[in-house]
Amino acid sequence: MGGAFIRFVDVHKGFGAKKVLQGITFDILRGETMVVLGGSGSGKSVLLRHIIGLHRPDRGQVVVDGEDIVGFDEEQLVPVRKKVAMLFQGGALFDSMTVEENVGYGLREHTDQSDEAIMAAVRAKLSLVELEGVEHLMPSELSGGMRKRVALARSIAMDPQGILYDEPTTGLDPVTANTINDLIRNMQARLNVTSVVVTHDIQSAFLVGDRIAFLHEGRMLFVGTVDEARRSREAALRHFLNGGRAEGHA
Amino acid sequence: MRDVAALALQELGGFSLLVAETAREVVRRRPEWRVLMGQLYHHGVLSVAIATVTALFTGMVLALQTSYSLAAYGAKFFVGDVVALSLVRELGPVLTSLMVGGRVGAGITAEVGTMKVTEQVDAIRAMAASPVRKLVVPKVLAILLMLPILVVLADFVGIMGGLIIATTSLNQPAVFYMQHVIKALSPQDIMSGLGKTVVFALLIAFIACYKGLNATGGADGVGRATTETVVAASLTVLISDFFLTKLFLAF
Repeated sequence: MGGAFIRFVDVHKGFGAKKVLQGITFDILRGETMVVLGGSGSGKSVLLRHIIGLHRPDRGQVVVDGEDIVGFDEEQLVPVRKKVAMLFQGGALFDSMTVEENVGYGLREHTDQSDEAIMAAVRAKLSLVELEGVEHLMPSELSGGMRKRVALARSIAMDPQGILYDEPTTGLDPVTANTINDLIRNMQARLNVTSVVVTHDIQSAFLVGDRIAFLHEGRMLFVGTVDEARRSREAALRHFLNGGRAEGHA
Repeated sequence: MRDVAALALQELGGFSLLVAETAREVVRRRPEWRVLMGQLYHHGVLSVAIATVTALFTGMVLALQTSYSLAAYGAKFFVGDVVALSLVRELGPVLTSLMVGGRVGAGITAEVGTMKVTEQVDAIRAMAASPVRKLVVPKVLAILLMLPILVVLADFVGIMGGLIIATTSLNQPAVFYMQHVIKALSPQDIMSGLGKTVVFALLIAFIACYKGLNATGGADGVGRATTETVVAASLTVLISDFFLTKLFLAF
């Protein structure tokens, strides 16, 4: 693993009177899988969306691959968004397009490849997420787990250096959730990407994460390895890891 | 009160930015023909029925009402003139825009709004593409092209509706009615009707896209945005019609 690929420096963000992020500072290293763990409404999805400029901080710096992207306009964000892809919570597949058109969207948008070349690339990405023969289906014909996989195939279609996962296992049954966890690990191993996984699923966090960051009420209370997280005495983190129960009852 | 003013200013600002961004995208890049053709069909061709049925019955009612009113002055022969002028200058553009605007505007806001609340709009941005170019530009261009065509069609069908009443109820020969129609209409009448339509088309398209792109909060939010679009589009068509009529009468 190299130096910092993504860096947050004293990032503040509010919506109206509500302060969502209150001085977030931490680094995500090149090639690692960083899990941002936190309860509902802790601001973790908002944090993730800052990395590709879907939100702008009120104050602070967001540095991606050495560039402070705060203040970038949509045009300047194009190279950042090609470099770092995002997997949205519900998949966010385009309803009106087939699986093939969804996965090939980025290639059609940003390259001059022929339809045959795009089709071949789409098949290759779909096989990476262990899907076959679904190219001509519409998103409405897919199960929840398949939608997530297609969305993941769409995210990796442009061979990004980083992938952001927003609640990748939410709403899936435990078995499907585990296959998604395996895929996240697989992506890192095979594509050598930097991953940021936002989740409240503790099991998933420990399975996929190299390091864990714990976000609580807009503040980063802990950043460390999975083992350090398990041993941490940070009260809010312990409380969260114990599922809200007192120590010793877990 | 200050909050309301601030909100209105914010909405106006957001709306203006959308218009400016759309104009920039139209100038900067060629439209995607395949998408545009789909939109032309969806918003234009599929609106033909609603536009023509509205116009047909409006033309027939106009002929009946004017013959009834003009009879008191012994001027029943001018039914063709009144139907043609009312339709081409006013009722064709306004009624078509209201009906088609309701249909198309609601559809656009529901579609774009659903994409917004299911993060599909963010997904377009996340893939380094522009939601304005992908979603707004084809819809604005399609309505801008199709609404004037629908209005011309509605004008024609409405005049034919008047013809049906003139020949069946008022015992006027068809040629006589049509001569009055042709004599009454000047190129300025047609241009003023179409000029208004272009403004109405832009208002409907931008309001519908703006409301969709700013929808929040799930199905409830999309429903609210859709209602707001129909109300806002209808009111702005009617209000701007007054000012456009004054403007066109000045020339």
